[in-house]
Amino acid sequence: MSTRWPWWASGTAALLIIAAMTLLPLAAMLAQAGAIDWQGIANNTYLLRVIRFSLYQALASTVLALLSAIPVALALSHKPTFPGRSLIVSLFSLSLVIPTIVAIYGIVAVFGRTGWLNEFLALSDIKPLAFYGLPGILIAHVFFNMPLAARILLNSLESIPADNWRLCRQLGMTPWTIFRHLEWHRMKHQLPALALLIFTLCFTSFAIVMTLGGGPRSTTIEVAIYQALRFDFDITLAVSLACVQLLICLSLMALSTVLRHDNSMGFDIYKMGQNSKSDTGQDDPRQGLWPGTTWNLIHGGILVIGIVFVLLPLLALVLSSFNGKTLSVLLDTTTLSALSNTVAVSLTAACLSVTLGLALLQSTRHLRIRLARERMGQWLQLTGNIILVLPPLVLGTGLFLLLRPLADVFSIALILVIMINSLMALPFVLRILETPMMNAASAQDRLLRSLGIQGWNRWRHIDWPQLRKPLALSLALSATLSAGDLSAIALFGSERVRTLPLLLYQRMGSYRLEEAAVTAGILLLTCLLLFAAIQWLIGGKERAGN
Amino acid sequence: MLEIDKLTLSLGPRHWQFDLSLNTHGIYALLGRSGSGKSTLLNLIAGFMHPDKGDIRWQGESLLSLEPAERPVTSLFQQQNLFNHLTVRQNVGLGIDPGLKLSDRQILAIQSVLEDVGLAGHENKLPGSLSGGEQQRVALARSLLRRRPILLLDEPFSALDALTRQEMTALLRQLIETYKPCVIMVTHDEDDATAMQAEVLRLVDGRITREG
Repeated sequence: MSTRWPWWASGTAALLIIAAMTLLPLAAMLAQAGAIDWQGIANNTYLLRVIRFSLYQALASTVLALLSAIPVALALSHKPTFPGRSLIVSLFSLSLVIPTIVAIYGIVAVFGRTGWLNEFLALSDIKPLAFYGLPGILIAHVFFNMPLAARILLNSLESIPADNWRLCRQLGMTPWTIFRHLEWHRMKHQLPALALLIFTLCFTSFAIVMTLGGGPRSTTIEVAIYQALRFDFDITLAVSLACVQLLICLSLMALSTVLRHDNSMGFDIYKMGQNSKSDTGQDDPRQGLWPGTTWNLIHGGILVIGIVFVLLPLLALVLSSFNGKTLSVLLDTTTLSALSNTVAVSLTAACLSVTLGLALLQSTRHLRIRLARERMGQWLQLTGNIILVLPPLVLGTGLFLLLRPLADVFSIALILVIMINSLMALPFVLRILETPMMNAASAQDRLLRSLGIQGWNRWRHIDWPQLRKPLALSLALSATLSAGDLSAIALFGSERVRTLPLLLYQRMGSYRLEEAAVTAGILLLTCLLLFAAIQWLIGGKERAGN
Repeated sequence: MLEIDKLTLSLGPRHWQFDLSLNTHGIYALLGRSGSGKSTLLNLIAGFMHPDKGDIRWQGESLLSLEPAERPVTSLFQQQNLFNHLTVRQNVGLGIDPGLKLSDRQILAIQSVLEDVGLAGHENKLPGSLSGGEQQRVALARSLLRRRPILLLDEPFSALDALTRQEMTALLRQLIETYKPCVIMVTHDEDDATAMQAEVLRLVDGRITREG
């Protein structure tokens, strides 16, 4: 330990890299756009309609997702011990891991024009229900966000102390009073921040709207940027759309810093093999508060509907991916090269993202803990969340304009995709690693220094055992997110360079549905394998008491 | 008389057998190391847990088939006795009507029990603005208001500082004189037992031994 890097070195390096990857493209974009005609935007009916639709669909998706998540979370909380419960909870935690485009395939197979639902309705001569456009977008958004919301709400319900439930039983409270006095108050605090999270996710959602939106009537800003760039090559339009998007995202983010008073929306939900808290079923303090067959039917009904809604698309996908084309697609060189591109992109982006995250946190924790500069540390850390205000397509637009004079953008597509994907994963990485990094430093910092444990010994005996699980989780999640991302590759992909999500999108678009089904199956399998393998290899075995 | 008749329970490797009979107006302190199962006994009496075998009888009638709310039992927990969004009056009122539709007479009853625990004038405050000792007194007021003959106290003072603890013990002594319940108090502090002038029950290896 003769030469030690100063504490700010890693953070500054990360900051510079992030700035180079974001501010330069942004500047290029603004320069290219020249003077934006704001008056023109205000009068452009197409733009206004796109903006209005973006906000409207996000609002409707948020309301629907929350309204369906609340009963599901309550039912799961009321039935703490039935067999298969932890499986359902794990299933609900998967919505970030399943690539959007894969889920879309499954959703189309169930709810689409010729999907299971309409086939079933046709049996009783009911006309097929409309799907493309708003209905499809809403179904897909609820598919992704209902489980997420249910899981987060369940977390807050599970944090109700056992003695509170005992008190309810002793006072003889009815289900309605329990809801009013206990459960609603737990959930109420969570709802504003949760609603904002879902709204932001739906507002910036790209793949869902691009595949399920039906023409110009149901287009969001994200998709409009993509179309302006790829099809119309109208850079001024793209830049003005990007500016509008930037403004709205900035205000959403500002709102979220106001709303977030607690950090319970953590990522504990992705820990593997948890949820074995109550080993003795009969003694859960919630047993007996919702007695009788009626309540059993209500809870059972809610859970069955929720599970079927989430499971059916996945089931449809798995079933349809075994068809006459399975073998030929598996051996097809296009598929294989897309597969290898996907794995390469996802692993590189994950490593880059986690490296950036660790570098930032290394400096911010020094700022926050040893120098007690809490606010400054938090500001530095916020830079990692820049992608939340600068959506991938906006960033992509900037990169495209910045690099176009210097190189053939499409031949370095994968590098650009890796850059964008690593920035997209960075907010998740920071959220997962923040608390463990802080704990590793703060809880025992003085003790370790007084014992003289530092450097390599400290890393080996103290930091690594505490950090390996969150590190593995952040790597696994960012690899999975990158493997399933469609937005960056949609902008830079071409005949020469494709990843599985793009290939799947193209095969779906040209109605080669059997091939698309197999591709979706491969992509899903790749993501699940990456997620599990990384956690298993790096996270190590479950320790006792963990 | 509260009779605990060969009550057995096994949870994994742990095994208990309780055999006791307690006086209707007795005061008992249940002592034992952490993890010895002191709270388990209280949970069995209150109906939050079910025994494998044996019986619990109050004045000769078995309690086992009764729901927690129907048992002649009221509990004061270590913490988390109050709902933070309800006022002191509402929190106490839950003891009479969980739906909080309170008549004038019930409000007077709440008033009087709040005076008993020394919290008159705090009716409309929220628990968050009270000290730890005051919060426990609100919970105690609710327990008393329910007029159940058996009062179970699960380390009710362990989260309080020494001085507040002394005050609470004195207050509790005085209230027991007035309301005359059968009290079982879980504690791991011998001094609490002495201060309460309680008969000591010791829980060792899943069985209870009585002292003096």
